[in-house]
Amino acid sequence: MYTLGIDIGSTASKCLILKDGKEIVSTSTVSVGTGTTGPKRALEEVLKNAKMAIEEMDFIMATGYGRNSIDIADDRMSELSCHARGAVFLFPNVKTVIDIGGQDIKVLKINSQGMLENFVMNDKCAAGTGRFLEVMARVLEVEVVELGKLSKQSTKEVNISSTCTVFAESEVISQLAKKTEIVDIIKGIHRAVASKVAGLAKRLGVEEDVIMTGGVAKNEGIVEALESEIGKNIRVSEYTQHVGALGAALFGYKKAKKKK
Amino acid sequence: MSETEKIPAKQMLRDVVDMVYREAQEAKDRGEPVGWSSSKFPAEFTEALGLKVVYPENQAAAISAKKGGQRMCEHAEAMGFDNDICGYARISLAFADGAECEEKPMPQPDFLLCCNNICNCMTKWYENVARMHDIPLIMIDVPFNNEKEPSQAQVEYMKAQFKAAVEQLEKIAGRKMDEEKFNQACANANRTARAWLKACSYLQYKPSPLSGFDLFNHMADIVTARCKVEAAEAFEALAEEYEERVKEGTSTWKYDENYRIMFEGIPCWPVLRTLFEPLKEKGINTTAVVYAPAFGFVYEDIDGLAKAYCKAPNSVCLETGVEWREGICRENKVDGILVHYNRSCKPWSGYMPEMERRFRKNLNVPVVSFDGDQADPRNFSEEQYKTRVEGLFEIMEEEAAKKERV
Repeated sequence: MYTLGIDIGSTASKCLILKDGKEIVSTSTVSVGTGTTGPKRALEEVLKNAKMAIEEMDFIMATGYGRNSIDIADDRMSELSCHARGAVFLFPNVKTVIDIGGQDIKVLKINSQGMLENFVMNDKCAAGTGRFLEVMARVLEVEVVELGKLSKQSTKEVNISSTCTVFAESEVISQLAKKTEIVDIIKGIHRAVASKVAGLAKRLGVEEDVIMTGGVAKNEGIVEALESEIGKNIRVSEYTQHVGALGAALFGYKKAKKKK
Repeated sequence: MSETEKIPAKQMLRDVVDMVYREAQEAKDRGEPVGWSSSKFPAEFTEALGLKVVYPENQAAAISAKKGGQRMCEHAEAMGFDNDICGYARISLAFADGAECEEKPMPQPDFLLCCNNICNCMTKWYENVARMHDIPLIMIDVPFNNEKEPSQAQVEYMKAQFKAAVEQLEKIAGRKMDEEKFNQACANANRTARAWLKACSYLQYKPSPLSGFDLFNHMADIVTARCKVEAAEAFEALAEEYEERVKEGTSTWKYDENYRIMFEGIPCWPVLRTLFEPLKEKGINTTAVVYAPAFGFVYEDIDGLAKAYCKAPNSVCLETGVEWREGICRENKVDGILVHYNRSCKPWSGYMPEMERRFRKNLNVPVVSFDGDQADPRNFSEEQYKTRVEGLFEIMEEEAAKKERV
């Protein structure tokens, strides 16, 4: 039985095909999200990678910010439950999931039965989200994927505010004007994101194992800064960007089994 | 009136609020002084003196619900008031400044009645209106209750202020307060409060004969007309209707009642339907709102009256606030809690993180929050709200499935 999870975020579209609720057959990622050609392209790509056709899917579950725009989906679920389910599949002992998405931050609490017990999300502000990092990368004239590697070269961290993307951008510009090393500014940016996320996580209570999901988890500088803020190790899967889609495919599998 | 001609309670309640505003306008037209009052100022005194009073908080909620909130807020911001200030205050200050407002017209004030039990922004808001119109401001200051019950010293402080307020009001009214009329106003207020509490108590039935969202609308009466016998009669009729519905197995909530939640905070009036829709779709009925204990106060004497006015959502300590909420959550059997972080109301939202922690610990139910505003639609994001409600629903589903397995 094959199930397809489609996770349409604000900045990326991710798909994943799962066999019998156990085996990841293929994944795809397109770096544009809802309202763009991203969802269609991600879908075509995941099927092409798996050498399969859409008709072969027993259940299609959509999740993410753009879940309601996916007409071919058999059902839809929030990204909260999907990230929780995906994280539990990859790390059965997970208790806390931290997901930094394009425009939101989620911290999920998982109970001893592997169920989503509670969650907190950011307020109506993009500070500390993936978009925040994109804005900063643009000002610094570096690729967002390079941020993690560059921050490793820092010898001196500078303080960047975490309260507002626009003000943080001004701070970065003034640091550049002062000829501060870019790598040190990046480290400061990572600290700003980490302190914002840690504040949310602590509200819910951080228990190990702590898993980070989403594309931002590929940035080792953020992971390191967050580990230092929460005082706990963070684990990241190679499928980090597909955890939501994986969760959706798992829920799809459960529903497909019920149908049969 | 025959049974067939019986007016629905909802209509009666609406008529009472209309009467309050109509009578105030008529008084204004006759050249009599009309007051503006904060929602929990002791209305017993003005009622006994026959002074007509209208309620800016109620007006601001009505304007917001009719989509005029943003326009009025922007007017106040152009006057120099910061957009961080309470949305009700901004709307009211704009109205006091003469901003056009067809959504809910009411007379401009000749005197002001401010009781800061409801919040401290109220004091500055009313001071500004007093200065703009050059009119008297009668102030009742309620110290924050850092203990569960107000002390006798606090009661004495309140009573001394009542005395001063009555003296000022007598001058405005041009007559002495009649003791008998005051007693009647108190009796009416108690009767209204009892009926309101009774109506609210029907939320404990499973399934509930009403949607908690109904109470958001009926709140207007408990705020604007609690000393009026018509309000008591309307709430008594409402309670009777709920009683009937329990017997018939019907409800004003026309959808599935898969889950029951507490809605914490003042609703986002400009987007009330948007708040309601995802709950309706998932069959989540709101069976607890904090207004029942916050406005349903019954007292026996002047000391009791003083104590009653000491207690409002933002003037009681965390312990009392938690006790109120956990009480209605247990009585009304909620499966989850949806918390509105209200950008307009810092005192209310400020202690929510700790309250959330206690709800989770003490009630063992999921607690989910969203950002919004009681009056300014710019502070609300529909998509964020929907995701959070879906998340809450999915957790409640998992919890229910777990219970079934056990």
